[in-house]
Amino acid sequence: MRWFWIDRFEEFVVGKQATALKNVTYSEEPIDDYLPGRPHYPHSLIIEGMAQTGGILIAQMQDFHPKVVLAKIGKAEFNSIVVPGDQLRMTAKLMSLQSDGAIIEGHVTVNHQPLAEMELAFGILDDSFGDTSFFLPGGFFRILRSLRLFEVARHEDGSPIQIPDYMLEAVRQEAAQ
Amino acid sequence: MPSSEEVFEKVQAALMDALGVDDDEVTPEATMVGDLGAESIDFLDIVFKLEKAFGINIPREELFPDDILTNSSYVKDGTVTADGISELKARLPWADLSKFEKNPRVQNFGNLLTVNDLCRYVESKL
Repeated sequence: MRWFWIDRFEEFVVGKQATALKNVTYSEEPIDDYLPGRPHYPHSLIIEGMAQTGGILIAQMQDFHPKVVLAKIGKAEFNSIVVPGDQLRMTAKLMSLQSDGAIIEGHVTVNHQPLAEMELAFGILDDSFGDTSFFLPGGFFRILRSLRLFEVARHEDGSPIQIPDYMLEAVRQEAAQ
Repeated sequence: MPSSEEVFEKVQAALMDALGVDDDEVTPEATMVGDLGAESIDFLDIVFKLEKAFGINIPREELFPDDILTNSSYVKDGTVTADGISELKARLPWADLSKFEKNPRVQNFGNLLTVNDLCRYVESKL
C-alpha cells in the first residue's frame, strides 16, 4: 500500500500554510476494511493526510532536510463521515515553529463544507535519532513532484520555490547510472 | 495587568488542554513532568498555548536552559556546579531552585518546573 493520503497540493505558501486535495475512491482498501457494511474513509487517515500536508510544509522551510514526525494530536474534531466520491481539502497553517518541533492548525472541508478541525504537534528530530534520512533524495523529489508541490509552491512575495540542488543532483546521478 | 489568580486560571486552562488533566490536578505545587505527566513534545504545545493565551513570546531558552545544563563549565560528572546554579538562578529568577540545589543532578532538572513556576514566569513577561 502506498502511504500517501493526499493526492496533490493546491496551495503552498512557504512557512505559512499549505492546502492539499484528496479524492476518496471506493478502490481504496481502508474504505471497506475500516467498518464493514458501512464504507467510509477513516478519520485517522484524514489526520494522517493533514500530518503529511503539515509535515511537508515544515520540512520545506529547510529544503526538506529535517526529519519531521507527527508527535501529538492535540485536537481532532470531526462533524461528519467521508464516503467514496467525496473530495477533501486539507489546509495546514503553521502556528508555531521551534528548533525541535512545530504546531499546525488544520482545517478540512469535504465537498467545500467544513468537516474537521485539528491541532497537530510535530517533532523535528535531531541527529541523536540517527543521521539517516527518511527518504532518498531522488525518490523524495519524485514524490513531491507527483504531488505537484513545485508547481504551486510560492514564497510570500509570490516567487516560486526552487527545487533543492541536492535533489536535482541525485536525479542526475540516478540517470547516469 | 491580570491578577495572579487570573494568570493561574489561564495557565491551568492551557495545561488542562495540552495535557488532558483535570483542574484539581493542576495545583500550584504540581510538577509538570512528575505530577502532570508532561513529555517533551507537550512543552511545545504548552508554550504555544501560553503564547496564545497571554499574547507573549516565549523563547525556548528562557524556560529550558539546555545550554547551561550541557555546558562543561557548569556541569561536572552529571552534577551542576555552584557556578552553574548561579547561572540558572540568573536565567530563571522565577523558578524555585531550592529543592534542586540539594541534589543538583542534571537528570533531576527535568522534573523541577512546577505550575507555580510557570505562573511566575508568565507574570514576569506581562
